[in-house]
Amino acid sequence: MLITKAKRVIKAGFVNFWRNGFVSLASILVMTITLFVIGSVIFLGTIFNYTFSQIKEKVDISVYFVTSSNPQDIMAIKKNLEALPEVAKISYTSREEALADFKKKHENDEQTLQALQELNDNPLGAFLNIKAKEPSQYEGIANYLQSKDVLTKDGISIIDKVNYYQNKAAIDRFTKIIDGANKIGLGLIIVLVAFSIIITFNTIRLAIYVSREEISVMKLVGASNQYIRGPFVVSGIMYGFVSAMFTLILFYPITLYSTKATDNFLMGFNLFDYYIKNFGQLFLIIAGSGILIGAISSYWAVRRYLRI
Amino acid sequence: MIYFEKVTKLYSDKSVGLSDVTFSVEAKEFISIVGHSGAGKTTLLKMLLAEERPTSGSIFFESANIHKFKKRDITKYRRRVGAIFQDFRLLPNKTAYENIAFAMEAAGRDDEEIEADVPHVLDLVDLKKKIWSFPHELSGGEKQRVAIARAIVNQPDVIIADEPTGNLDPINTYEIVQILKRINDLGTTVILTTHNKGVIDSLGRRVITMDSGKIVRDDKEGRYAL
Repeated sequence: MLITKAKRVIKAGFVNFWRNGFVSLASILVMTITLFVIGSVIFLGTIFNYTFSQIKEKVDISVYFVTSSNPQDIMAIKKNLEALPEVAKISYTSREEALADFKKKHENDEQTLQALQELNDNPLGAFLNIKAKEPSQYEGIANYLQSKDVLTKDGISIIDKVNYYQNKAAIDRFTKIIDGANKIGLGLIIVLVAFSIIITFNTIRLAIYVSREEISVMKLVGASNQYIRGPFVVSGIMYGFVSAMFTLILFYPITLYSTKATDNFLMGFNLFDYYIKNFGQLFLIIAGSGILIGAISSYWAVRRYLRI
Repeated sequence: MIYFEKVTKLYSDKSVGLSDVTFSVEAKEFISIVGHSGAGKTTLLKMLLAEERPTSGSIFFESANIHKFKKRDITKYRRRVGAIFQDFRLLPNKTAYENIAFAMEAAGRDDEEIEADVPHVLDLVDLKKKIWSFPHELSGGEKQRVAIARAIVNQPDVIIADEPTGNLDPINTYEIVQILKRINDLGTTVILTTHNKGVIDSLGRRVITMDSGKIVRDDKEGRYAL
């Protein structure tokens, strides 16, 4: 009997979906907008994350050592730095490597190379390149480098300069922008998603309001609450599923076009590629959200009219 | 079979639905309830369908107080009471067949029974040709026949008909009353409310007359007396 009942409920859900064509269409349209907002949030979030991580990659600080410094002392500092929890990566460039890099960079610049030749000694010092886990952590690392811990035994610092102090303003600003963007972004996402879900919920409520007389007749004919509610929930699930299909189809041309349009400033991020490669995951999120919103809205909306 | 014991229904302090109503209905009886609009006829039937609760007093169906039923029991009870309304109350998105089948499905009947019984009851109300029509494709009389078919398909103990002929022309009214009589002859209790003098006088059965929420007359072989 349970299977027969389930079969009847599903069939009735499909039939209602089809016969209430206009109401179904309205619900699907509104729900498509909601799912589109959810999908856009996913895409925008990915773009932001990618762009920020790209910019973060470009931020680092370099510690230049005096030319007379001993590589062993530098290695000791490197080891100490690596023990800091904020530090993500440190690369060491020796005096010789620095010189080689410099020569390579200026290989077409005769004058500079000649000037270099005239010096007897290598004028370049070794340096460490430090990447922090978060941009906000550079200040701490720079402060550490100024502390006594990095001094040599003689009490003289072998550090020539830390370029953080030159870049401080830019790094601080970048940190603030990321923080601000994260906060505003999160707030905006919550408001946007909440609004669209509320609108969808109300649309489905209106759709079921149209059927309130029917629900009361079903009650008086002796149908149980579950048997009345079932087809409405099935229809709600169908609204969600069909809307998800529309939304995913809609994203195909949109991502294709915006990839072409934004190629220059997205630092090589390919939105269309992302859409294609993550289609399975997007499908699960969008269809899942749609089905969930549809089912829950219908379940709740019918509740009101079951009270007789 | 059905017993109203001092039933009072107040909608507000000034609006009295029923006032101290006591009467009983025997099995297989055909009773008509008459009265002006607002006399309390519909309120009385709503109580019987457990659609509304009395302010005081009790209503018994076969010695069980229907307003003490749990939700599930109300659902089961309603399958034993067939209801017919003035405005038909068919499910608009279902065909005649599906409207009747719905009542059977709700009662948990299996597919074979439904396939056999639905055409049979539609035949009983003389509507076999319109089996696949939607309510909006049917006339008032035809809709009421579908509603009657739906009410009787689960072989209920009682049929409650709330002004079933109120929206119908005299010929359809006559036919609907004939169908109700036939149902009663087959052993089902019928409780009918109506304004129609002709219907009451032609029936020649028990008549309860109501006024302002009270029973003012209860005649065994009554006539319309308002």
